Amino acid sequence: MDLKAARLKLAPGMALASARAMVRELTVVEADEPADARLLAGIADWCDRFTPFVATDGLDGLLLDITGAAHLFGGEAAMLETVRASIARQGFTIRAALAGTAAAARALARYADATVAAPGTEAEAVAFLLVAALDLDPKDTHALRRAGLKTIAQVAGRARAELTARFGKEMVFKLERALGQSEKPISPRRILPDYMAEHRFAEPVTAEAVVADSILSLAGSLCSLLEERGQGARALEASFFRSDGAVSRITLETARPLRDPKIIARLFRDRLDALADPIDPGFGFDLIRLGALHAERLVPESVGLEARPDDAKEIAFLIDRLAARFGSHRILTFQPQDTHIPEAAGVAVPAQHAPDTKLNWETRIPGEAPRRPLRMLSRPELIDVMAQVPDGPPLRFRWRRALHAVTRAEGPERIAMEWWRNQNPQPTRDYFRVEDEAGKRFWLYRDGLYGREPFAPRWYVHGLFA
Amino acid sequence: MPDAVKKLEGTRQLLEPILGEGRSLARCALGHADSDSVLGGGLAQGALHEIFAGDAGASGFTACAARRVSSTKHMLWIVQDFCALEHGALAPSGFAELGIDPSKLFLLRTADAADALRAGVDALSCTGLGAVIMEITGNPKVLDLVASRRLVLAAQQRGVTAFLLRQSAQAEPSAAQTRWQVHNSRSADTDDWGMPRFEAALVRNRQGETGHWVMEWSCDDGAFRKPCDQTAHPGAVVRTPADRPAAAAKVRIAG
Repeated sequence: MDLKAARLKLAPGMALASARAMVRELTVVEADEPADARLLAGIADWCDRFTPFVATDGLDGLLLDITGAAHLFGGEAAMLETVRASIARQGFTIRAALAGTAAAARALARYADATVAAPGTEAEAVAFLLVAALDLDPKDTHALRRAGLKTIAQVAGRARAELTARFGKEMVFKLERALGQSEKPISPRRILPDYMAEHRFAEPVTAEAVVADSILSLAGSLCSLLEERGQGARALEASFFRSDGAVSRITLETARPLRDPKIIARLFRDRLDALADPIDPGFGFDLIRLGALHAERLVPESVGLEARPDDAKEIAFLIDRLAARFGSHRILTFQPQDTHIPEAAGVAVPAQHAPDTKLNWETRIPGEAPRRPLRMLSRPELIDVMAQVPDGPPLRFRWRRALHAVTRAEGPERIAMEWWRNQNPQPTRDYFRVEDEAGKRFWLYRDGLYGREPFAPRWYVHGLFA
Repeated sequence: MPDAVKKLEGTRQLLEPILGEGRSLARCALGHADSDSVLGGGLAQGALHEIFAGDAGASGFTACAARRVSSTKHMLWIVQDFCALEHGALAPSGFAELGIDPSKLFLLRTADAADALRAGVDALSCTGLGAVIMEITGNPKVLDLVASRRLVLAAQQRGVTAFLLRQSAQAEPSAAQTRWQVHNSRSADTDDWGMPRFEAALVRNRQGETGHWVMEWSCDDGAFRKPCDQTAHPGAVVRTPADRPAAAAKVRIAG
């Protein structure tokens, strides 16, 4: 509710009819909670510039944990003013307060605007607030008021055992938190980076070169932080705070712990180049932050005997580059699976997340020609079989409108589907390797056992041999 | 007059890197004696090779040739999404059966040819790789002489070998060291199911003659070889027309 509405003596929770009676030309808009929540989330994102530790409080509040951040803004009181002024500049009316615990700050912000409670004085600061400031169940608030306990000081004066007996443990916890006697950590909206570095610009920057330089120097600071702990970054996030409030974030992952500013800067450059809709600096960024969302121990390289460690490093860097540009789901590596179903025997998984272990591929039988095709159709394709012999491969078949005459065939290789995994088991497949008159080799299968399945046998092409 | 000679000499020196490239390149023998001698010792490493696909055999030929040139190093296979749909996805078990370790293979799927080429140039700068294969369908505009020249330079710089696997494409001018047209070859008239065989036509070779051979891949040795029955019938192979892709000729056979 803004000042103008307050002057007209309107209040939240008022019946529409009485509001209409007071103000004749009232425009009524239906409440849109999701839109309000989106707006609040937008403001929360923007508040990220003050501290990465931002949580929402109900539908209309934000909690900022400014531990260790206030000195950047000239002290607590000055920071509170900065926050208030910069949000007010965007056209919002806010109440704000600052205290040692989240609950105390919340009570003060809602019922005693602009208070800065010095450490240890939370109990005094909240003493004369109404019990509503405790954020209790409305029934409990009402009961306290009925009992004649109007202010927090009065409630705090009662014995805890009494309160617990009447209102339950939760209420007492809330009271203690508001008094600054205990604390419940707030849960931030986004993952907190393990390490971060940021640049604040006196004047918003728009030039691409400045942004790139900034990322490189931030990467430098980040890497020295990582180095102190002997760690490397596995996931990185760059946040660009625009002076008009919009925030864009870019995240990227790496295949192995990374601690090289040049490589980090290169990955972000690749990523920025590849963005479908590039980040619009608008009137400029006033803050750029680089954080390591996830860091892992960076094991010092041991120079093994089995050849050049540089190769593995080069490949990891290439994979990161390609993943940054095209997305990590596009650069893949193969992993063997413990199944005999041909299409599931080897799966392609993102190379960045693949474990770095030795894989056991089924070894081929020496002297044997390939039993599995090099190219497998993602979905077996139905073929028209022209002539067939019972229990044998087709003599002629039509696939993709071309006719193929089979000149030689190998099979069948009978593969039963995994009936223990499926509710509706699929029929057994009889696979044949066939070669046509031009020398093309196909991997065909017949669905079901000959003469045993309830329907006419259907034939499919599943793969093509090299 | 001496001036003109000098000028000509200057131009020759200027062009030397372009004309002379390939002579000094390291070579890797394919194992097939006839083609190796025509190629001057084998397939040039740190160069660009173009393979025009007649059928799935070309994928096998490319995989095997790339395996040869990259020896123990990793390979990167860049494939357009469309190719995987149309010609089938690369199956790791298929590589394993050819005697190629699937864990030495990375796969990059790209939406279009432009992305594939850009990734290819980038990947060719990675010395950890032995070969980069770019599988591209049709004749996209982005794959012109300039693009292939860029690939050649990138390949030369770090010695990583580049392969362009062209699916359903028409031959066009390129800076490639060699150009091949490959499709499956008929098996020998023996009873057992033999090793993969390719009918490989070397239709362009910057360093020498061209040729046309039936090559068999020995999955055990990891090398190409001359099929045993070939000596008996020299010239049994139908020559692929050099001015048309092999696919066109095949359609005529099928029709």
